[in-house]
Amino acid sequence: MKETALHPKHVALDAKMAEFAGYDMPIVYSSITEEHQKVRESCGLFDVSHMGEITVKGEEATKLVNYLFTNDVTKMTEKQVLYGMMCYEDGGVVDDLLVYKFHDKHYLLVVNASNVDKDFEWVSKHNTFHCTVTNESNYYSEVALQGPKAEEILQQLTEYDLNLIEFFHFENVLLDNRIYMVSRTGYTGEDGFEIYGTHQEIVELWDRLLEVGGDAIAPIGLGARDTLRFEVNLPLYGNELSKTITPLEAGYKFAVKLEGDPFIGRDALIKQKENKTKRRIVGLELQDKGIIRHGYDVYKDDELVGFVTTGYKSPSTGKTVALAMVDRPYDKLGTELTVEVRNKRKKVVVIKKKFYNKNYKK
Amino acid sequence: MSKVKKGYYYTNTHEWVKVEDGFAYIGISDYAQENLGEIVFVELPDEEMAIEAGDELGAIESVKAASDILSPITGTIVMVNDELEDNPELLNEDPYENWIVKVDMEDKSELSELLSPDEYEDICEE
Repeated sequence: MKETALHPKHVALDAKMAEFAGYDMPIVYSSITEEHQKVRESCGLFDVSHMGEITVKGEEATKLVNYLFTNDVTKMTEKQVLYGMMCYEDGGVVDDLLVYKFHDKHYLLVVNASNVDKDFEWVSKHNTFHCTVTNESNYYSEVALQGPKAEEILQQLTEYDLNLIEFFHFENVLLDNRIYMVSRTGYTGEDGFEIYGTHQEIVELWDRLLEVGGDAIAPIGLGARDTLRFEVNLPLYGNELSKTITPLEAGYKFAVKLEGDPFIGRDALIKQKENKTKRRIVGLELQDKGIIRHGYDVYKDDELVGFVTTGYKSPSTGKTVALAMVDRPYDKLGTELTVEVRNKRKKVVVIKKKFYNKNYKK
Repeated sequence: MSKVKKGYYYTNTHEWVKVEDGFAYIGISDYAQENLGEIVFVELPDEEMAIEAGDELGAIESVKAASDILSPITGTIVMVNDELEDNPELLNEDPYENWIVKVDMEDKSELSELLSPDEYEDICEE
C-alpha cells in the first residue's frame, strides 16, 4: 500500500488508518463528529496528498483541456480554478476535477486519487493537440486547510495578504520562506485553502499549521471529509457521479457548459437536457429510525425507483438524510418513498438536497 | 488499550455474554465500540424472538458504517434494552454495563464454547 509523506504524522497522532485509493490514509483521529464540528466552527487540516495531479503544457493546451472538460476553459483567467468533469461520449463521467490555469499554455488538473491512472490515460489518448501531458501525482503533496478560521491561521505564516486570493483562484505564496501554491478551494462547504508543495515542504507546513493554529485547529480524517462534503451536496466520484451517472442527472449543471465549444460527451448531454433526464439526485430525509446508506434501494410502494448515493446521520443537523438517484416523477419535494435497510422498509420523504448552507468567502 | 472485563464470555466477533439469575445478557465489547467509533443508531430485535448462536441479533450503526451484532448463544429474547434507541451512545460510554438483549438460554453448555477474558484479550491484541 502507498503512503503519503505525512503518513508518519498520522501514525504519531494515533489516527485510525485504512486503505483509500491504494493509500494508507487517516480515517479519524479523535471522532468523526468532533472533527466535523471543528471544521464547521473553527479550522481543520486534512492530508489530501493522495489526490492526483496531471499537467498539460503546450501551444494548444487550452484546446485540449477544453475538449475534455465540461466547463468552459476558454473563459478562464490566469490563476483561476474551475470545477467540472471529464465525460465519456455517452455523458457518463470519467472523473470530476479541478482545472488550475497558469496561462494559456499551462494547466494543472487535480483529479481523484482512485482515478489518476484512468484520467492520465484518457487525457493522453485524446492528446491530438501536441501537448505534453505529465502525471505528476507522485511529486506533489497537498493539504487542505478548511473552516472559518483557516485564513486567520494561514495568515500567521505569511506577509502576503491572503484576502487577495479570491474564491476559486490561486497564488504562489511565500509561507515561512518557502513558496507554495495556495488556492481558495475545498471540499467542505467552508472557506479555506488547498495548498500544494513538495513532500518535504508539505510535511513542514503541516507541523507549522498545527503549531500556530493551537487549539483552533485539528487534523481531520477522511471520515469527516466525507460527512462535510455530503452535507453541502458536493459529489463524490463513485457515489453521486460515475461512468453510469451523468453530471446532469447528478444535478451539477452549473459545471456543464453546453453552449460553448464541443467537448467529449456534449452531444449526449445536449440530448439528455432536451429530453429531460429520466432520473435525478434528490435529498431524502428518514422518517423512521435508522441510517440509510450508499447503495440501498429506494422504492415507491413495491416498485424499485432508485438508489441511495450517500447517506449519513448529518453531524451538523442531527437528521438522518441521504442523497439518492430517483426516477421521475418520484423526485418531487414531499414525495413519500421507502428505503430498504437490512430487508426492512423505512419511510423517507424527498427534501432539498442542500442539508447545510455553504459558508464560502466570495 | 481497550478493556476486557472479567466475569464475561466473549466471541471473536466482539460480543460479550454475562450470565445473571440464569439469564444471558448480550452486549458488545470495549474493543468493538472503540473500533466502530461514535455509535449513532442501534437496531434492536423484537422481544420473544427465538435466536440461534450466530444469528443476526440486530445492527450497530456508527457514523461511517453498519455492523451486525451476532448472537453468541441460542435461546429466546425476553427483553431488549429500549434505552439504546434514543441513546445509542451509551454503548460507547460503557459497553459492559449497557447490554443489548436479555436471553433465556436454551442450552447453557454453549457458554463453554465462548472465549474466556484471557483468550479474548489475545484476539484484541492481534
